Amino acid sequence: MLPLHTRAVISGALSRPLLKVLDLAEALRGDVPHEQVAVHLDDGIDVDTGVLRDLGFAAVMRPSATGMRPDDALPVICGLSNIDVVNPGDVIRVRHDSGQLSVLYRRGANANSLFLTEQCNSRCLMCSQPPRDEDDLWRVRELLELIPLIDRDLPQLGFTGGEPTLLGPLLPELIRACKAALPRTGLHILTNGRNFADTAMADSVHEAVGCTTWAIPLYADVPSRHDHVVQAAGAFDATDNGIYNLAERGHAIEIRFVVHAQTLPRMQRFAEFIWRNMPFVSHVAFMGLEPMGFAKVNRDLLWVDPVDYGPALADAVWHLQDRGITTSIYNVPLCVLPEAAWPLARQSISDWKNIYDPACEGCSMRPRCCGFFASHGPAWRSRGIRAFRFEEAAE
Amino acid sequence: MAGRLPFAPLADFRPKEPGYQPMPFRFARIPGVDGKVLVTSEVGEFEFLDETDFRAFASGTLSPATDAYADLQGKHFLVEGDPSTPLRMVTAKYRTRKSFLKGGPALHVFVVTLRCDHSCRYCQVSRQTADQARFDMSAETAAAAIDLMFQTPSPSLTVEFQGGEPLLAFPRIRQIVEAIEERNRVDGRAITYSMTSTLHQADGEVLEFLRRHDFQLSTSLDGPETLHDANRPRPGRASHRRTLEGIGRVRAALGERSLSALTTLTRESLKHPEAIVDEYVRLGFPSVFLRPLSPFGFAAKAAQRIGYGMEEFLPFYARALAYILELNRKGVAIQEAYTGFLLSHILTPFPTGYVDLRSPTGAGLGARVYNYDGGVYASDEGRMLAEMGDHSLRLGTVHDSHADLMQSEGMQLLLATGVAEALPGCSDCAFLPYCGADPVFNMAREGDPVGHRPTNAHCVKHTGLFRILFRYLAEADPHVMRTFTSWVTQRPVQRLPDAEAA
Ligand code: SF4
Ligand code: SF4
Repeated sequence: MLPLHTRAVISGALSRPLLKVLDLAEALRGDVPHEQVAVHLDDGIDVDTGVLRDLGFAAVMRPSATGMRPDDALPVICGLSNIDVVNPGDVIRVRHDSGQLSVLYRRGANANSLFLTEQCNSRCLMCSQPPRDEDDLWRVRELLELIPLIDRDLPQLGFTGGEPTLLGPLLPELIRACKAALPRTGLHILTNGRNFADTAMADSVHEAVGCTTWAIPLYADVPSRHDHVVQAAGAFDATDNGIYNLAERGHAIEIRFVVHAQTLPRMQRFAEFIWRNMPFVSHVAFMGLEPMGFAKVNRDLLWVDPVDYGPALADAVWHLQDRGITTSIYNVPLCVLPEAAWPLARQSISDWKNIYDPACEGCSMRPRCCGFFASHGPAWRSRGIRAFRFEEAAE
Repeated sequence: MAGRLPFAPLADFRPKEPGYQPMPFRFARIPGVDGKVLVTSEVGEFEFLDETDFRAFASGTLSPATDAYADLQGKHFLVEGDPSTPLRMVTAKYRTRKSFLKGGPALHVFVVTLRCDHSCRYCQVSRQTADQARFDMSAETAAAAIDLMFQTPSPSLTVEFQGGEPLLAFPRIRQIVEAIEERNRVDGRAITYSMTSTLHQADGEVLEFLRRHDFQLSTSLDGPETLHDANRPRPGRASHRRTLEGIGRVRAALGERSLSALTTLTRESLKHPEAIVDEYVRLGFPSVFLRPLSPFGFAAKAAQRIGYGMEEFLPFYARALAYILELNRKGVAIQEAYTGFLLSHILTPFPTGYVDLRSPTGAGLGARVYNYDGGVYASDEGRMLAEMGDHSLRLGTVHDSHADLMQSEGMQLLLATGVAEALPGCSDCAFLPYCGADPVFNMAREGDPVGHRPTNAHCVKHTGLFRILFRYLAEADPHVMRTFTSWVTQRPVQRLPDAEAA
């Protein structure tokens, strides 16, 4: 998978840290204001940068060049340690001082998400992105600059965190910015939903109706289990109220359930709970554990070999799917799932999760499989991992 | 830093002592389900509890650390602490279950004629006088009835034609449909047309008309030829053969899905559950509706000859259902329609469009009948009662207003006796959330709309049916559950069969 950061040599003074990288033809089309564009020039292309300066462009990028040319009339970004990281269409942030270059938006990626905040009001046992209580409002300011540089034909854009509702009025502002700049893009916003128990908060995001799916985790059919998993008393009730408040206001809702030892005991009942209490949700996602963040700290509390929960998971997902609620499985490799569950197993949410083990070598199901987090050692490895021969897959 | 804080254990999020409040619940012990108690909630969720858990739950001592506690809490049988959130969900579920009340009467039955070319042994009201215009609905009555229908607020309306044999008055049907279409150009309701007919009169012109207006048709098919013809004598006989011809013509003209069939069960029928089901399968029907004889009209007088008690119907039903489930297990998709309604009430959070098993009663609230003579009734049975001399469910005439009809003495009687939650016996019956009040039936059988539950045929029937169904639900055989699920979702269940062995 392609990293999001690399180092670059920057010559000249950039007028702004955020730039849309475009090849010459697209840059000249004028869809993006020139002063926000770094013109991507492949080696051997000879362009008079004085003309580009006169046209108002911000910079040029020559990924593999070693330095500025004597006649360059614009700041130059060059000498990328990894030239594959940036491609035309991407939006980058360039740190002048350190030379760090980060891709904030990648054209053609499987999924693009905006990271809104590191703060959170829950503290989930398996959080892959442990929250930090730091003032990170600069992120929102940067995102408000980034959003207009995103391709207008992007089908879906995610918001992640942290808990985005902690941004208060800045969350509706970000939604408005997306609606203005990306009118055809669907938003997928991860939130624990607790703050939507406050009807004023639920009212404040009314512009999200019709373009947004709120992805809200729910881990049980009873308060004690859910509250334990998210480590916050009262969270289950608050999230339920939040879901109802959003639904009453016409919002689309996705429910997310992470399968592990603390949620498994209620998984079947959870499916029936959704059917009885929230049959209006548009999607339910069941997800395998990601061995990251707090999940590693709590490994012994959380680990169940997926091969042992496969049959129960098949029951739970079909319980909902057969009742007309679209249901998916993410992050569980096909070889550890019973075949009955395969039709609902999705390949992956994002590019970087499709990592395969040496054991997957030659597996005929690989094109349909999400793979697994191979780099995390035997403690996270299912005993069910085994490659399928071609004949088996054909059956 | 945050990572270093310890994580609190599950027990910290549970109440230390049992301190829960039970929500309203009802319970029953189901014959054949040993050692378990069925509890049901006001909004129709259910749980089978062990006797000991049940007693602990009821006495307020069930431990928060037990599975039973969580199972009951997840279904809102008990609440702890601040009950406002579970109450909000219960309220939403209650509103959803009773949402059929919202739009007022949605089913409007037009009895266009009483004339019929059959003289069925169990027939309730029809007249075998194929040429007496005085049993037909007049154009003026029809126009007033249409106006009344449009006075109801329901955004979707079902217009059903009944008789007699409604097709004997086909010109009137055409006039009504055309007038409704004209009116609806401005009114914009979602309108469905349906008709119950022998189909014997369904010729090319009629079929073309029915096709153009997308009619849902139902016809009577009592089973194999001998049984059907014994039940339905007509001059010249051959009712079964002619019905089959009609079915063929309708399917060719309107498509397979436009036609369903209804079975009326006589005493003779009760001996042949398998043969009746087989006939439906043979003719390609996805569903069979096994209806016991109703206590109305001529049927009451003929009761000695062809009638039977519910204690005879229930074993028949149990046998038929077992046979249907066996067929489904073998891959033959056939369902029993009434079971489908009952299971929808039990297994889903939604109401059905079926008006005959509701609380508050569907009579007058969900349905209304415009009789050929201009009388307006709360239900089809209500006008049959009138034919038998009891006019208490005649709400008025087509020249009254919707508001007048809804405030009529007949409606007040229905509202006072048509809410099962408030009826003696029903109010503490475990099956209440899935059952309904039927004051009209009670009047026909007992001369009293409340009814005496222990001997009430509606109750004996439903207690029996629910016991049979809950026994299946307690057993939870995967094949049976899959079949049941497909009936309540009205879609094939996709779950691969192999997985259930796992
Ligand atoms: S062996 Fe690898 S690719 Fe094949 S099913 Fe298992 S995890 Fe997926
Ligand atoms: S009619 Fe009988 S089965 Fe139905 S709710 Fe009343 S008591 Fe229960």
